[in-house]
Amino acid sequence: MLKRVHFPPGILPYLLVAPQVAITLVFFIWPAAQAIYQSFLLEDAFGLSTEFVWFENFVALAEDPIYLGSFGRTIVFSAAVAALSMSFALVLAGFADRVARAATTYRTLLIWPYAVAPVLAGALWVFMFNPTLGILPYFLEFMGIEWNHYLNGNQAMLLVIMAAAWKQVAYNFLFYLAAMQAIPRSVIEAAAIDGAGPFRRFADIIFPLISPTTFFLLVINVTYAFFDTFGIIHAITQGGPANATTILVYKVFNDGFVGLDLGGSAAQSVVLMILVIGLTVVQFRYIEKRVQY
Amino acid sequence: MASITLENLTKSYGDTEVLHHVHGQIEDGEFIVVVGPSGCGKSTLLRMIAGLETITGGQVHIGDRVVNDLEPAQRDIAMVFQNYALYPHMTVRENMAYGLKIRKFSKAEIEARVREAAEILEIGDYLDRKPRQLSGGQRQRVAMGRAIVRHPKVFLFDEPLSNLDAKLRVQMRLEIRKLQKRLGVTSIYVTHDQVEAMTLGDRLMVLNKGYVEQFGSPIELYSRPASVFVAGFIGSPAMNFLPAHAEGGRLTLENGAVIASTTAASGPVTLGIRPEHLVADSQGPIRLAVDVLEQLGANTLVHGVLAGTRTDLTASLEGVRDIPGGQELAFSAPPEALHVFDRATGQRVGD
Repeated sequence: MLKRVHFPPGILPYLLVAPQVAITLVFFIWPAAQAIYQSFLLEDAFGLSTEFVWFENFVALAEDPIYLGSFGRTIVFSAAVAALSMSFALVLAGFADRVARAATTYRTLLIWPYAVAPVLAGALWVFMFNPTLGILPYFLEFMGIEWNHYLNGNQAMLLVIMAAAWKQVAYNFLFYLAAMQAIPRSVIEAAAIDGAGPFRRFADIIFPLISPTTFFLLVINVTYAFFDTFGIIHAITQGGPANATTILVYKVFNDGFVGLDLGGSAAQSVVLMILVIGLTVVQFRYIEKRVQY
Repeated sequence: MASITLENLTKSYGDTEVLHHVHGQIEDGEFIVVVGPSGCGKSTLLRMIAGLETITGGQVHIGDRVVNDLEPAQRDIAMVFQNYALYPHMTVRENMAYGLKIRKFSKAEIEARVREAAEILEIGDYLDRKPRQLSGGQRQRVAMGRAIVRHPKVFLFDEPLSNLDAKLRVQMRLEIRKLQKRLGVTSIYVTHDQVEAMTLGDRLMVLNKGYVEQFGSPIELYSRPASVFVAGFIGSPAMNFLPAHAEGGRLTLENGAVIASTTAASGPVTLGIRPEHLVADSQGPIRLAVDVLEQLGANTLVHGVLAGTRTDLTASLEGVRDIPGGQELAFSAPPEALHVFDRATGQRVGD
């Protein structure tokens, strides 16, 4: 067994962890506690009168069709972002894994989108798809598609999904590539000798062997789509048109800071908090154990 | 079943040629061992035959086909890898069946072949286990099972025993040999272990720095090594090499001792004598100054130097001996046990 005490017991260990504890308390625990407290309050827009209403805010949420609609949209959005970015990353990684020459260059280039700030990524896509100035609507018109995400809710949703997925491809790509490169070459060669072509090898050998990574990325991507896509949506659609792209995290901001329904917004963020705790539990319980094969 | 012909085979990485003009004719059903030190190109040669490495120059024939441009799957070969390369997410049964499944064999045929292979290799009890639940020796058997279910024309073995412990290695070596004899499939086996090579192969191809030094039966290599490299590589304990001067069939050693021989060589040569061929003879010309002994039970290895020089010399004496260090022993060697090599080129000369 390791010797447990290397330092004399005393105040030093506490001092060493104090900065981290302080940061956690000030920036995480305190705001979270505030949000929970606030979610039980009903407050007027000017903050002049406050009433403690227990779970009334949550009941109101559960009965609010706009909120429930936003829940549904969030699920569609997250599923689409995760599916799109992961499958695209998987294909890219599959090819990058086969390249012998200039592999480092591809890898570096493919990582770049991850370094782009969400708002900038959003701005990029807004410009590309701007109905009057954008290059892509210009081409889409030739194909008979009229693009205007300012008016068409489905197109707006499609655009934020693409932008959010694009940004996450780099991250997924890195993990997939690392997982593929961890597979012993000889296993792939054995499959080649057994008669499996490149696609068969990918489907029968590579994909099952990287399933732990797929599961890990699924949780990470859903978490990302749920909580980290505020910047992209804010830059591209501001939740519109007609709430078509208002996902839960955007609605928290919108109701709280634009609508000034602080209690309702706090209740929404508590719901989100419970979701993220749930996802984290899933991640720790199952991913740490890895997928068995 | 097929013969294999290697014709002027070369392999280069960029400007670096790692295999140089390898020739070889391998008969149907023969067991060939490719042996050489690390980095001699033996695995590269095997992988070229398998189709896992491109061929820079020359041709590989399997049967009557040139297979240079065929995918590994089309060459009708099976390979056993050093790390077994089992599919970790499949059971033993699925591992063995995979190649047959891809080739669209019927379920019944697959089951029959897997059963047959499992019986031969005595792994019938593990068919539903995953590779990680098996020991090293069992994984080795599964890897061989995966090779034999396909009934390929050629088996390729890439150092298949080097991850096993010494005892298991000896046992598996014998089993591979028996299996190959029983199935009669042409096999190429790569190893760096000369004992493995000697015991397994019908013929040995000795590779050194990408050149074929010699290609022949184990006994041929032992009794008539073509070069200093082969002479030193084959046989244990290793052959003694003594600088000598040849003239008129007489070999003069560094310390002035003269050995009678039948060699036709003349000039500076390297004289090779195996430790087991030195015969204790008080009148003998070869004098050994004893340094240390190695007791092996059945015989004793006497290590020392050629008297009056600093050239290492080892003799093998029968039984248990007790010889104090510093003592001089005299030996003679029969002319047929003398191997004479050109000093400069290392090639066998003079007979």
